Amino acid sequence: MASLDRVKVLVLGDSGVGKSSLVHLLCQNQVLGNPSWTVGCSVDVRVHDYKEGTPEEKTYYIELWDVGGSVGSTSSLKSTRAVFYNSVNGIVLVHDLTNKKSSQNLYRWSLEALNKDSSPTGVIVSNGDYDREQFADSSVPLLLIGTKFDQIPENKRNDVLTRTAFLSEDFNAEEINLDCTNQRYFAAGTSNAVKLSRFFDKVVEKRYFTRDPSQMTGFTERKRFNFKSVHYD
Amino acid sequence: MSFLMDSVIMFTSQVLFFGFGWLFFMRQLFKDYEVRQYVVQVVFSITFAFSCTMFELIIFEILGALETSSRYFHWKFNLYVILLVLIFVVPFYIGYFVVSNIRLLQRQKLLFACVVWFTFMYFFWKLGDPFPILSPKHGILSIEQLISRVGVIGVTLMALLSGFGAVNCPYTYMSYFLRNVTESDILALERRLLQTMDMIVSKKKRIAMTRRQMYQRGEDQNKQTGFWGMIKSVTSSPPGSENLSLIQQEVDALEELSRQLFLETVDLQATKERIEYSKTFQGKYFNFLGYFFSIYCVWKIFMATINIVFDRVGKTDPVTRGIEITVNYLGIQFDVGFSTFARTHSLTHSLTHSLTHSLTHSLTHSLTHSHKTFPVVLIAVSLLKCPSLVQLFLVTDSSISTLFYSQFRKSKNCSCVGIFCCCSSVPYICSPLQVKFWSQHISFILVGIIIVTSIRGLLITLTKFFYAISSSKSSNVIVLVLAQIMGMYFVSSVLLMRMSMPLEYRSIVTEVLGELQFNFYHRWFDVIFLVSALSSILFLYLAHKQAPEKHMTP
Repeated sequence: MASLDRVKVLVLGDSGVGKSSLVHLLCQNQVLGNPSWTVGCSVDVRVHDYKEGTPEEKTYYIELWDVGGSVGSTSSLKSTRAVFYNSVNGIVLVHDLTNKKSSQNLYRWSLEALNKDSSPTGVIVSNGDYDREQFADSSVPLLLIGTKFDQIPENKRNDVLTRTAFLSEDFNAEEINLDCTNQRYFAAGTSNAVKLSRFFDKVVEKRYFTRDPSQMTGFTERKRFNFKSVHYD
Repeated sequence: MSFLMDSVIMFTSQVLFFGFGWLFFMRQLFKDYEVRQYVVQVVFSITFAFSCTMFELIIFEILGALETSSRYFHWKFNLYVILLVLIFVVPFYIGYFVVSNIRLLQRQKLLFACVVWFTFMYFFWKLGDPFPILSPKHGILSIEQLISRVGVIGVTLMALLSGFGAVNCPYTYMSYFLRNVTESDILALERRLLQTMDMIVSKKKRIAMTRRQMYQRGEDQNKQTGFWGMIKSVTSSPPGSENLSLIQQEVDALEELSRQLFLETVDLQATKERIEYSKTFQGKYFNFLGYFFSIYCVWKIFMATINIVFDRVGKTDPVTRGIEITVNYLGIQFDVGFSTFARTHSLTHSLTHSLTHSLTHSLTHSLTHSHKTFPVVLIAVSLLKCPSLVQLFLVTDSSISTLFYSQFRKSKNCSCVGIFCCCSSVPYICSPLQVKFWSQHISFILVGIIIVTSIRGLLITLTKFFYAISSSKSSNVIVLVLAQIMGMYFVSSVLLMRMSMPLEYRSIVTEVLGELQFNFYHRWFDVIFLVSALSSILFLYLAHKQAPEKHMTP
């Protein structure tokens, strides 16, 4: 039962954008009733059928690691958080559609996470500046999710959607805009569900079906200690 | 006509302060957040502008600028506005934003905000009862009622902050208190954290797989609700869900453990960084500062106790005495003339007052803000060999020393160098003939610099508090609370500053603020300072004791 393969996906974003609600929605198919501050990291697991409906269908565990905090935290907090960025296979960037700053901070979040990736083809950053090319050939798939969609008044929706379209181009990622307190955004058959499933497929592919050497070194141990993933039962 | 001119000047300066407060809010406080409610920004800038105008009026007092009558009018006007803001506007908005954060009360936001405000007013009024701050001749709705209460709250805040800061400052600076943390400790803890996370993940995988299988088998995932559902679940619960709830409990416990481990790891990382910092030259310098601060802190606590026990109030004489000693040491031949001059001439009196006032300020400020200039000041103090100067700090005006205790490690304030140069050069330019010429300008400059550094210091502290405790939901509330604190702090510092202003300037403050029992406020400051310092010592001692046992790897 627990012998399925696994992939690790980080869920990053400013505090208060709705990462915990999102993860709860994705994994439990329920709306989170009382969201509270995430201290450290909370993990949840989603069972995903890779290539659903085809003969090559296979089930995987997708671990969603929801890391709490803000970009401007102290360096001790940042270095402790870096422990969770080990061997990441995909990143979900979450921002609040009603708060422009949270979208801007996503650049810093992605740099923080990708800098920790020990793969040689990982992002090399020169003094923290954001460079679009780095994301174009980055080996880690990204997904952009905008939350609190229902809180935007009707007349502003177009502007917001244009802005997020630019954002998703910058990250070379798909984007989904939703409201985490409403289950129907991810109901089977909606375009959101399709995008999500495509993203997870991409993550699984990158992890298990691409065998170039640069990819492999991304998942070896961190320089500090040996960490082997063991499947408990 | 002149009144109109004066009003225009005051108004322009207020607009300037407002703009500054606005910019500060945008650039510093709300750097990471988006301003959605402009009300908050406006209220904050207004509070800031009117607080700064009060200081400006003090400066105008010393300078003698503007007409006396218009000055008086502006004092009164300013005071009314700031009281209005502090007592009516800011608490109402705090209540409003707190209420709008709570989901249940969304409908009747205004109503609940008014309820909160009335509660606040009730407690605010009740505050005046146990304190002997009013004389019976004041009416029930007079301005003195409000000022006295605001003063009490403000002085309490100042004393609390300074008490805690006095103890915390040496604790954080001195490396004696740093626990020994090695790289392997941190690695071990991180490994435990990741192992815990792994266990959580594997258990969650089981839960997810079980639920998926139950779903595929067509069983209802949701718990049976209702009366019959409860009966059913007692007798025949599907084995899967029983298992699930057990595992869920284990997962909850593990998650709690992972949170603890995370926080401990952060703590260790912070300690390790501090250890590394303490090995640098700057770190060693701060360590030395820490020893000095701890001695100072002990001395200050001792003096506060003495003040309370022997019921002493701040004297005005040490001011002159200190200057005499200063001048005596420097061996300037006009010291005789100077000291007698100081006794007689009112302008030099104001000069000596503002001089020592500024010395205390500059020393305290430089000690907190610009650690680079600290060696200069320390050398200066040792050169002057002024034990009475130290006594000056402690006795004349405890309110000024509050800012001493807030800890700003990284701000650079080179204006203190300027202050000190002014201070040191003053005796040289103060021959009896030139005193009259220089005193007014110098006291203006010195007092002006003091006020600027005091404002800057408070803003920096507020920023640090804000970064530490705010989140995207509560940022509005916290900014408003900080605006409230800032307003009360400035009002009560005017109140306390009155004690160290020379007599002729004191009159306007007394007149404007009404006849309050000023001595009470100083006594109250000492009491609260003592309580706060002692309890922070206790608190830090307990926290320090508790921590090492957790981390020592056997």
